[in-house]
Amino acid sequence: MKKDLVSIKDLAEEEIRLILSTAFSFKDVLKRDIKKVPALRGKTMVNLFFEPSTRTRTSFELAQKRLSADVLNFSVPASSVVKGESLLDTIRTIQSYGADYIVLRHPCSGTPHFLSKIVSASVINAGDGINEHPTQALLDAFTIQEKKGTLEGLEVAIVGDIMHSRVARSNSLCLSALGAKVRFVGPPTLMPVHIPKGVKVFYNLQEGITGVDVIMSLRVQKERMDSAFFPSEREYFKLYGITFERLSRADSGAIVMHPGPMNRGIEISSEVADSDRAVILDQVTNGIAVRMAVLYLVGRDNA
Amino acid sequence: MPEKVLIIKGHIVDPSQGIDGIGSILIEKGMIKGLFLSNEFEGGSIHMRIIDAKGALVLPGLVDMHAHLREPGYEHKETIQTGTFAALRGGFTALCPMPNTNPVNDNATVTSFIIRKAFQEGYCKVYPIGAITKGQKGTELAEMALMYEAGAVAFSDDGRPVMNSLVMRRALEYSKVLDVPIISHAEDLTLSEGGVMNEGIISSSLGLRGIPRVAEDIMVARDIALAKITGGRLHIAHVSTSGSVELIRRAKQEGVKVTAETCPHYFTLTEDAVLGYNTNAKVNPPLRTSEDILAIKEGLRDGTIDVIATDHAPHHRDEKMLDFDNAPFGISGFETALSLSLELVREDVLTLNDLVTKLSLNPSNIMRISSGTLKVDSDADITIVDPHRKYKLTEEYIYSKGKNTPLLNNELTGKILYTITKGRIYCHEPA
Repeated sequence: MKKDLVSIKDLAEEEIRLILSTAFSFKDVLKRDIKKVPALRGKTMVNLFFEPSTRTRTSFELAQKRLSADVLNFSVPASSVVKGESLLDTIRTIQSYGADYIVLRHPCSGTPHFLSKIVSASVINAGDGINEHPTQALLDAFTIQEKKGTLEGLEVAIVGDIMHSRVARSNSLCLSALGAKVRFVGPPTLMPVHIPKGVKVFYNLQEGITGVDVIMSLRVQKERMDSAFFPSEREYFKLYGITFERLSRADSGAIVMHPGPMNRGIEISSEVADSDRAVILDQVTNGIAVRMAVLYLVGRDNA
Repeated sequence: MPEKVLIIKGHIVDPSQGIDGIGSILIEKGMIKGLFLSNEFEGGSIHMRIIDAKGALVLPGLVDMHAHLREPGYEHKETIQTGTFAALRGGFTALCPMPNTNPVNDNATVTSFIIRKAFQEGYCKVYPIGAITKGQKGTELAEMALMYEAGAVAFSDDGRPVMNSLVMRRALEYSKVLDVPIISHAEDLTLSEGGVMNEGIISSSLGLRGIPRVAEDIMVARDIALAKITGGRLHIAHVSTSGSVELIRRAKQEGVKVTAETCPHYFTLTEDAVLGYNTNAKVNPPLRTSEDILAIKEGLRDGTIDVIATDHAPHHRDEKMLDFDNAPFGISGFETALSLSLELVREDVLTLNDLVTKLSLNPSNIMRISSGTLKVDSDADITIVDPHRKYKLTEEYIYSKGKNTPLLNNELTGKILYTITKGRIYCHEPA
C-alpha cells in the first residue's frame, strides 16, 4: 500500500479487501485474554487532532497500543490555529520527534493531502473537514461484511446531511468499490452539488429505504439549522428520523448503522438505536480492528 | 538615458491610430517624436540608441486597470517598488492598484502616499483606485471627490463587494459628479459564504465548499440594474462566468453604461487546476469550467468584455503553504498576462489589434488616463515583445514577491524584450 491513507480513492479494490481481511484476523486478537501483538513495536505514532474528537482518537490510540506502538497524543485546539500557529511548523515539530505515523484530524478539507507531501511519516486521515473519513468507511464496510457476509449487490441507504458528511463521502466511494448500491436520502438542501455516478438520490425517506439492506444514519449538526438548511429538529425527525415504523419498509433483515455520536430523537429514535437491528456498538469494536489493519498495512511493500 | 532612441523593424500595433505594420518609432526626451511606417526612416544617426525590433511586436505600453500592490500594510506580499517592477517585466507601463491595503485607500492621505511612493520608487505609472466605502465596510461612502483630487481614477471595494444595494446605488449616483467608473467585484457573499473554489463536480469530489456561479451572476445583474437607473459608469471586474458575459452583453445592447474586464486565468485555466488542493489555483472569483472559458472568449471576441486585466494578487509563500481553506485567494499575474493573452491571437479569438485594444487602449479610456497610444507627442510608453519566444515560468523567473501562480514550471510563449516608460528603457533579455 501507499505511504499514506488520505482518501479512499488511494485504495484499489484489492487493497480495501486486504484491509478488511487483515482486520478480521486482528479482531480475533481483540477477543483474546491478552489483546496485544508485537506487530509495530518500536514504531512511533502521533495522533494529531486539530478538532475535538473522543471516539476516533481513542479508537486509534487503542489500535496503536494493541499493535505495541509508542503513542503520542497531540491535540491542538482550533483556537491556536486561529492565532496563526503555522500548520507547517506543527507538522515539522512532530516529524522531528521521529514519528513513523501521523494520524491527522483537521477541520479543513485536503489538509492530510497537503501534509502527506511534506512529511516522510505515513499520514492517516482521521477526518478532514467535509471531505473524507476513510477509516470510518472501512470499519463500516467491515461491519456490513461481518453482518451480511458480502457487500456485493447490497442496497445501502445513507440518510441525512450528505453534503457536509465526510463519512458519507468516504462511504459512498468505499461501498461502491465493493459492489454495493448506494442511495443518498435527505433534504435537497443537504445533498452534494454533484452526485457520484451510480448513486440514487431520494428526498423522501420512505421511498429511499424501501427494500434496503443497510441504513446508515448520519449525525445532524445543529449549526446547520442556523444556516437554514432545514427549519427545525422536530421537522427533521418527522421527515428523516429512523423509526421502527419506517424500518418496516426496509428489508426484513436490514441493519441500522450510525457513526456516532447520536442525536436520539433527531436522526434516529431511541427504540431503533437500542434495538437488535442497530449495529452501532459493533461499529465501535470493529473500528479498533480496522484501524489496526490500516496501521499495519499502510506503507508496506508486500501488501 | 540617451537623448534619442530609435526602434526599428518592429511590427507596430497601435489601435488608437489604426496602425498595424512594420515601422520605426523615434523617441526623444521621453516622448514619442516620430512614427514611420515601412522603411521611411532608415539608418538613424550615431547619436541615437537603436533598438532592433525585427520579428517583435511594438505595442503601446500595457495598462493594467486591476492590480494589488499591497503597500501600505502588506509589504511582505509586495511593495510598490517590487510590484511596479514586476509589472514592467510583464510589459505594463501603467497600472491601477486596488484599495484593499492597510490602511484602506479610502481617503486622500493614503491616495497621496501611494502616488508619492510610486513616483519615488516605482517603475511604471500608478493610478490608484479609491475605496467606495469607508474601510471597505460597505456602509458609508468614502470621500471620493477628495481622493479624486489626490489622484484616484476610479472607485471599488474590490475583494469586498458592496452588499447593500442602496449604498451601491448611492455610489453610482455620486460617482457622476466626478464622471469616474465604479468597479464592481460582483459576488453575493450570502451565496458564496465559506466557499473556496467553483461549486461543481471538482468541489464535490475534493470535499471543498463551492462558490456557485450565480453568486457572481446575481450581483452583475443587480449592478447593471442600478447602473441603468442611476446613469453611473459601471465596470464589472474579473468576469468569470458565462452568465455574467450574457448579462453584460444584453446590458450593452440596451445602452447601459457598463464595461467589463476578465483576467488571463479565467480564459486559460479551469477548476481542474485545483486538483491536489493546489492553493496557487485558489482565486476569487474561482477558476470555473471549460464552458465558461468558451463564453468569456466569445465575450472578448464580440466586444462584450472590453479589458484584460491581471488582478495581480501576490501573497507570501507561507500564506499559500496552508490547508486550502485557510490559504488566501489570489494569483500573481503581472508577469504572465501578455503571454497568456497572446494565446487568444494564436487561437484566432482576437486579432492583434483587438488584443492590444483590450490590454492598453480600452483600460486607458475607461480610467481616462493618457496611456495606450503611440501618437506623436505622447509619453514614450512602449512594450516590445517577441510573440514566439518560449520561456519556462519558474519561481526564479518571477520578480514579484508573489510566486503564487498555478502556471509555475509551465512553458509559456511570448516573451517581453523591452519595456519603455517615459523613454526609460528596460531590457529584459540581455543581448
